[in-house]
Amino acid sequence: MQQPNKLTPFFENINFERDDNTMVINFGPQHPSAHGQLRLILELDGEKVVKATPDIGYLHRGVEKMAENMMYNEFLPTTDRLDYIASTANNYAYAAAVEKLIGVEVPRRAQVIRTMLLELNRIISHLFFVATHALDVGAMSVFLYAFREREYAMDLMEDYCGARLTHSSIRIGGVPLDLPKDWISNLISFCDKVEYELEHTYNALLQENRIWKMRLEDVGVLSADEALSWGCSGIMLRGSGVKYDIRKEEPYELYGELDFDIPVSDRCDSYGRYRLYMEEMKQSIRIIRQLIPMYKDTTPELMANAPEYISAPKEQIMTQNYSLMQHFVLVTQGMRPPKGEVYVPTESPKGELGFYIKSEGEPYAYRLKVRAPSFYHTGLLQEILVGTYIADVVTIIGSTNIVFGEVDR
Amino acid sequence: MAQHQVNYASTAGLPIALTSVDKLVNWGRSNSLWPLTYGLACCAIEMMASGASRYDFDRMGTIFRASPRQADVMILAGTLSKKHAEFARRLYDQMSEPKWVISMGSCANTGGMFNTYATVQGVDRIVPVDIYLPGCAPRPETLQYALMMLQKKIRRESADMKKNQKQNLRLI
Amino acid sequence: MRKYTPKDNVQKKSYHTDRFWTAPRVPQESVEEGSHFADVVNAMGDLAKEAFVSLGQLVVWIDATKNKEALSLLRDECGYVQCSELSAVDYLAQDGEFEIFYQLLNISNASRVRVKCRIKEGEAIESITTIFKSANFAEREMFDMFGIYVNNHPYLKRILMPEDWQGHPLLKTYPLQGDEFASWYEVDKIFGKEYRDIIGPENRDPSRIDKDDTKRFSRVGYEVPFGAEPTDTPTPIEYSETTLVDYNKSSTQLDERR
Repeated sequence: MQQPNKLTPFFENINFERDDNTMVINFGPQHPSAHGQLRLILELDGEKVVKATPDIGYLHRGVEKMAENMMYNEFLPTTDRLDYIASTANNYAYAAAVEKLIGVEVPRRAQVIRTMLLELNRIISHLFFVATHALDVGAMSVFLYAFREREYAMDLMEDYCGARLTHSSIRIGGVPLDLPKDWISNLISFCDKVEYELEHTYNALLQENRIWKMRLEDVGVLSADEALSWGCSGIMLRGSGVKYDIRKEEPYELYGELDFDIPVSDRCDSYGRYRLYMEEMKQSIRIIRQLIPMYKDTTPELMANAPEYISAPKEQIMTQNYSLMQHFVLVTQGMRPPKGEVYVPTESPKGELGFYIKSEGEPYAYRLKVRAPSFYHTGLLQEILVGTYIADVVTIIGSTNIVFGEVDR
Repeated sequence: MAQHQVNYASTAGLPIALTSVDKLVNWGRSNSLWPLTYGLACCAIEMMASGASRYDFDRMGTIFRASPRQADVMILAGTLSKKHAEFARRLYDQMSEPKWVISMGSCANTGGMFNTYATVQGVDRIVPVDIYLPGCAPRPETLQYALMMLQKKIRRESADMKKNQKQNLRLI
Repeated sequence: MRKYTPKDNVQKKSYHTDRFWTAPRVPQESVEEGSHFADVVNAMGDLAKEAFVSLGQLVVWIDATKNKEALSLLRDECGYVQCSELSAVDYLAQDGEFEIFYQLLNISNASRVRVKCRIKEGEAIESITTIFKSANFAEREMFDMFGIYVNNHPYLKRILMPEDWQGHPLLKTYPLQGDEFASWYEVDKIFGKEYRDIIGPENRDPSRIDKDDTKRFSRVGYEVPFGAEPTDTPTPIEYSETTLVDYNKSSTQLDERR
């Protein structure tokens, strides 16, 4: 047995005595596969993986504890950093949970803007998935093409809210800003560009590519029962044949009124999931095109009208005394939601992102739990990696699309 | 021209021609800094974006290397948690001389918005840092500016190790 | 003498609450007859101590010792095939108990049920990994963050904190910025206890600025080497000083470019 000392860590429950000829490899917390800080302790028999233990927690920042010490509005930028690839999705999930708790209704224009931002973030996240998955598997030029598209999308987000990566573009009760001039025409040209590129670059390079198909077909097979039992959601579930999308089943925002399809694959392997990501991008573009004409029919109201919980718009704060006083109290002391608990699931690009908030009537949440889809997908790795070759390990980790900001919080 | 056996570590009797050798060595070192891919959290995405098509990092001569033995610069991008701190130091120790560290983003500089029990308050508690880069997440152009500033700093060094230490240009 | 601060809940509290203000409550309705939720409650029978509908989701209180029975009944008979979430809430200061909740999802019906139970401090709860595999990681996290032991779990070890961490972070008695053990953890682990004085304590004050400290702050435009004295001589920005091509010399083409 090893003697633990300062620089060699101590492995328990891992068999180091090599009586059965297995080799233990540490797929350490820093590795060039772009997924963050996952440590896998793999036991290999030749090239096949016999046992895989994921070790997480290298990005644990205490986000849930921070929520118990911060006001509701103050905590919103921290939710940005959970799934840092599509930040608006986390902002929206948190804002939706708090809005359900306080029982407030968001005005129509804010709903249109929110849905547009959510779908734009879905495209951003799926482009990132294609880029990093292709980079891991070996198709390195797709990384550069996808990041080029992503830069256009991040330009749009920067035009809207000022930040490229950590947006905080959705607030509790609505959105803080209206769309700037020409944003919609830029969005339309972006949609055209992405549609063209999906057809002519990504599909042309990867979809019928022999090497890509050989690397991805029958790798990471996940049956529907296992997926449900392990808590998978989003594309992991739809890739195994279970047709469940929270946007259709438990609709929120404007998804009930929009017309879009849910692609489902019964291939259960990584190639099926890859095709689903591509199809979902097309559906997102379809949704955005439907939202664009809806924007001009709305009245210019951006934040909900609930003076107990949400500040008034800026013109009122600058001119009306009571609005100013209320805004002061809300910013310094914080709003006090009703006593009770709420759990709101939303469909983030990675899966089912939900926030469980328990409030005791104080301005600080009593308990906030983030239901992160990537946490359960990482747990799934200990079962799905057994019996695969070590070259497939990287493909499978890429195909589950995990983000460590969410896993470790 | 310099003599054949020039002992760079000694202080007495340095030939004057050493300054152009200095410049040559520093030119070589600064124009091909190979970073170690040490992306931890959100800043890693901005680091990848700065290496991608629009903000090309390759024009500064950087090639991202995965192994610490082949890297010159360690760009610590993102929050360093206490569980990970040990490995960051281990990788820093495995890098070979000369090495520099850029701390990217507020989480790496001072712990950032995560003033909690599990975050190292500043990467400079663990490794000596040369350039601090503020932002949350800093734009890719900021990272490139930081690398250019590091290049400027490298060009000011001399080949004499002890003089570097006296002028606080290198901490080793 | 310092003011008495109660130690059973060291999280931030609001500094002023109106004396006669009571918080409203999230509305709770009773279960309608004939709806899907009524079928679920009837199927559970005695196991459900109390059941109501809150914000579109059914909430059922059960006994903590019968959690496996209740959850396998919900999975097999009522079709709640996925356990979306599992965690605990710390009520040790108020009641001396933890409140554990399980959030379940029915795929065919798109309905959600929250199953709640209470355990006292020091009690352990039965693992449900045989029923829902997603509980594997979730129960480990609950153990790590709250110290609640889970019986019959295949691998109950700390998951988010390091293996040798002392203390359970999400308890209300644990401060946000960490206790003594947490603040010296990385120094002790990497360098050893002797280095505590050399490295110094953590700086937890986010707004501390020291204009004479050139190790942590650089005055933009007046940069000096690390640790040297701050000066007033400006260091202007120059671009590459190279030996082969001199870019600082003004080039006519650059000036006339539109």
